Amino acid sequence: MKLQNKKSHLLLFVTAILLVLQAPLGLAQNQHVPASSIPAADLIQPADFARVLQTSSSKPVILQVGSHVMFAEAHIAGAEYAGPTGKDDGLQALKDRVAGLPKDAAIVLYCGCCPWDRCPNIAPAYNLLHSQGFTNLKVLYLADNFGSNWVTKGYPIEKGR
Amino acid sequence: MNGTLARAIFLAAGLFSAAPVMPAQAPKKAAPATARTAPDFSCKSLDGKAVRLSGYRGKLVLLNFWATWCGPCVAEIPRFSSWQTKYGAQGLQVLGVSMDDDSAPVQKVYRKYQLTYPVVMGDEHVGELYGGVLGLPISYLISPEGRIVERYQGETNLDQMEKRIAGLLPAKKP
Repeated sequence: MKLQNKKSHLLLFVTAILLVLQAPLGLAQNQHVPASSIPAADLIQPADFARVLQTSSSKPVILQVGSHVMFAEAHIAGAEYAGPTGKDDGLQALKDRVAGLPKDAAIVLYCGCCPWDRCPNIAPAYNLLHSQGFTNLKVLYLADNFGSNWVTKGYPIEKGR
Repeated sequence: MNGTLARAIFLAAGLFSAAPVMPAQAPKKAAPATARTAPDFSCKSLDGKAVRLSGYRGKLVLLNFWATWCGPCVAEIPRFSSWQTKYGAQGLQVLGVSMDDDSAPVQKVYRKYQLTYPVVMGDEHVGELYGGVLGLPISYLISPEGRIVERYQGETNLDQMEKRIAGLLPAKKP
């Protein structure tokens, strides 16, 4: 199990390096990195995360890495916009946002623009932060989309940019 | 944030797994149910003209919320474009509402696929009118009287959608 995790992290690291190398050539923008490449151990389920938000006095940094229009419609209470990480400028925005954070800062990433495996943003965001050495990183698993898996469940949201 | 404290936050998810989750404080607006009047809106098309949904009264409208970064959305639009050509004379009007943050990539996709129907730039206000467009694609079929007949979310069986459209056209083939 540990060996498998190590292999999976190595694969993610190599993918991230390749993405970084391709960025100056403008090739990273349209490459789809499937969300299924994110290790299961680094995922957090919506119900669990909603519970954390409601029971813990100290909140993690919550970053939405998808569409700004959708963020304005509704986002997780306390979340910040830092995307879209399927594009180079979005990756840069995320990089800028986390630049001053300690590597053990609690960070939760989410998108939910599309069904999980079709999301263009979440895996590049995870890969970037993972390659930067963030050790307390979780990704919110939204199987269908943010509306179905978070908003309609009645979990805490806010509106606006 | 202190590392130990931060880790405790994530640990809390497991520790409190039996605790009930309280509903959100923010009010929820449900997606408009079928048989309801489709909420009217006006948005700018890619060439800067105002397009109002109610301007298509008398036609069967396929209202498609999409975005260029959404794979399943982009997979659908060539088919919608072909339907506009095939059924336009019988009263079908496809209207695309892009939920992209800016119009440049939309223009690019519009040209690439040579879309045969108008595309407008949507925003959070239009999304809210339709109960929150918080996951794409979402399409509505709107009757010539302006009522919502069908709602489709996510990857849809386009053959079935086409059959439904063919059966609802206001001017069927003789």
